[in-house]
Amino acid sequence: MKLIGLVLAGGNNNKMLQLSAKRAIAAMPVGGAYRAIDFVLSSMSNSHIQRVAVLTQYNSRSLNEHLSSSKWWDFGRKQGGLFVFTPTITQENSFWYRGTADSIAQNLDFLRKSHEPYVAIASGDGIYKLDFNKVLEYHIETGADITIVGKRVGPGVDVSRFGSIETDKENRVVNFVEKPIKNGSDLISTGIYIIRRRLLIDLIEQAASEDRYDFVSDILIRYKEERKIYCYEMEGYWTSISSADAYYNANMDFLKPEVRDYFFKQYPDIYSKVDDLPPAKYNPGASVKNSLLASGCIINGTIEDSVLFKKVFVGNNTTIRNCIVLNDSYIGDNVYLENCIVESRGTIASGASYIGEPGHPKIVVEKSERYRI
Amino acid sequence: MIKKEMIAMLLAGGQGSRLGCLTSTVAKPAVGFGAKYRIIDFALSNCINSGIDTVGVLTQYQPLRLNTHIGIGIPWDLDKNIGGVSILPPYEKSTNAEWYSGTANAIYQNLRYMERYNPDYVLILGGDHIYKMDYEAMLDFHKSRKADVTIACIPVPIEEASRFGVVITDDDSRINEFEEKPANPRSNLASMGIYIFNWEVLRDALITLKDQPGCDFGKHIIPYCHNNGQRIFAYEFTGYWKDVGTLHSYWEANMELIDLVPVFNLYEEFWRIYTSAESIRPQFIGKNGYVERCIIGEGAEIYGVVKNSVIGPGVIIKEGAEVYDSIVMKDAVVGRNTRVHKGILAENSKVGNNCALGMGEEVENEKWPHIYSNGLTVLGEDSSIPDGIIVGKNTVIQGVTEASDYVNSALPSGKCLVKAGEQV
Repeated sequence: MKLIGLVLAGGNNNKMLQLSAKRAIAAMPVGGAYRAIDFVLSSMSNSHIQRVAVLTQYNSRSLNEHLSSSKWWDFGRKQGGLFVFTPTITQENSFWYRGTADSIAQNLDFLRKSHEPYVAIASGDGIYKLDFNKVLEYHIETGADITIVGKRVGPGVDVSRFGSIETDKENRVVNFVEKPIKNGSDLISTGIYIIRRRLLIDLIEQAASEDRYDFVSDILIRYKEERKIYCYEMEGYWTSISSADAYYNANMDFLKPEVRDYFFKQYPDIYSKVDDLPPAKYNPGASVKNSLLASGCIINGTIEDSVLFKKVFVGNNTTIRNCIVLNDSYIGDNVYLENCIVESRGTIASGASYIGEPGHPKIVVEKSERYRI
Repeated sequence: MIKKEMIAMLLAGGQGSRLGCLTSTVAKPAVGFGAKYRIIDFALSNCINSGIDTVGVLTQYQPLRLNTHIGIGIPWDLDKNIGGVSILPPYEKSTNAEWYSGTANAIYQNLRYMERYNPDYVLILGGDHIYKMDYEAMLDFHKSRKADVTIACIPVPIEEASRFGVVITDDDSRINEFEEKPANPRSNLASMGIYIFNWEVLRDALITLKDQPGCDFGKHIIPYCHNNGQRIFAYEFTGYWKDVGTLHSYWEANMELIDLVPVFNLYEEFWRIYTSAESIRPQFIGKNGYVERCIIGEGAEIYGVVKNSVIGPGVIIKEGAEVYDSIVMKDAVVGRNTRVHKGILAENSKVGNNCALGMGEEVENEKWPHIYSNGLTVLGEDSSIPDGIIVGKNTVIQGVTEASDYVNSALPSGKCLVKAGEQV
């Protein structure tokens, strides 16, 4: 137990459009039965990290509901545990988290009271599996002060919503550009870092004393020459759901056999909160092809190339194509949906039709009356 | 001081031999049901939904799966500081060591467990029925009648009443007479094997009859209480209650779940059924998959055609396979271009490619006609059928079978092929 986990799940992102109106990005449903934060929490748990703090602030209700127990990810209760920290007003501080570094600064006691020598920092919006111990081994081997987990996205991919990294031959970070205007290196930061706990406390205290609040610009970029920052390149699937299109694509990826195999069948597993829903039910008239469905769904219509989250009801003679339908949606009879993301708990009245562009989904937020008396 | 108004004692020790090879290595309450659950989930969920948070589960026959499933009771919120769920297997005492020889004997051997909770009432349950029942309402009835014993009863068609133990009551629901499997029943109220006892009454009866061999509630304890003039009442239950004691009733109860609006509805928010979910993955229906009138559990993958069936978690139905009117349990695999009609494929069983199960005319089973009947084809747990085998109706296959185990690549209707495991 050399590591503790810090999950920065406080942020909002207007690129998520209407989808972020209701919840933090870390609480976005992913892959039919999970939420985004399950991937980082499961990876931490599978790396035998026992003590994890989730720092949250924006629209955190549904995230808090999801993080109801450390049980779901098998974190410790006595030896460690899952802690959720929202900003609190204290004698010293009456601010919200003013940035990622500030959110850590406001919870420095958690770091001070831990005894594990290293900290793994990660955001809550990455979809991946990672063995943090391998990153830690690399961190120790290279003698780095900070290790950034990087991912090569391949040439030509737009990296403007990521941090772009340039390294030397030894993988030491020589340049780090946050959200580059010009397309630079295709090695991007996944927002996952490993750092010695004492050093993190020092750097955060220093930044706080200078009224600097952002981890990337005020620590990583500011100290990139001063400190030895190395990049660990991760293998395997990785994506971040930081925009509505990226969110749609990430979910659609789960319809690919290799992605399903990677997350659902290969060791280790991804865990999530258990919802005690009945099995999915397919009534006469159901016709489902190339789709993922979660528990509690009741299907009466046609579904193709789509992902349906928990407890979705689909009415008679309804067609759903290339859609992501979030949990607890009620879709009436004779509805046509194509290239849409249907917001959770919505009710789509019978006869409605919504069509988005391929690869650029329409976000459907309809709150019709669900039950007519 | 510890005090619980009512505790439940759940009898889960029986084999359930009429379920054939489904219970050869698993106690009946741990047999899978309804694409996700195990039979005991209904009684355990009823307990916690009724506000009973102390449940002793008496186990004896093949308890491993049951123990694993129940654990410390987390899925049912039965992991309590005081009370919660306790597994109660038979144990060796300083003077003797005996198995549970009957339902009441099992309870008697756990007198100390019950005493610890200082209860006013004890609820006796079986772990082998599918139903949703509010035991608190039954307790209210028990109190309102100032009863010593209350027996939950269900009205059955009078022509079927001769299969049950029936009770004859007065206008106030007080039971005057019992008839065990009467030839000419005078009542259609059948005992459900669910009892509420006043604690002192139960303790007295258990201690008095402690030397009774095979001491049983229906045969010994209730008659003893009746003869002592105790107030015994019938609590009439009118909801869905299904005995899944035979393969056919088990199959039927599963099939009832797939009706458009099932009589026994798992989709109601009220009175949820909880279970220990080992898998949370979504299910996937392939490009050529077709699914109609089915319920399907977590993580199943359907690449073939499935109709009128109950498909458990983690099941794989491969391309070209056709599954009709069947129960396919957790992690079973149906191979390519294989057809299954009215089959029960137990957990982790495998059917090879190009097989056909449930074919041909119905012929009475040669060894166990009372178990393998109604045209069912049953494949046991961890068992497998190699590629290209034709299997008839009223058949059972158990063990890892190979092509050489079959004559002309077929097992005709009414035949049995049992290679491994304990058989009834």
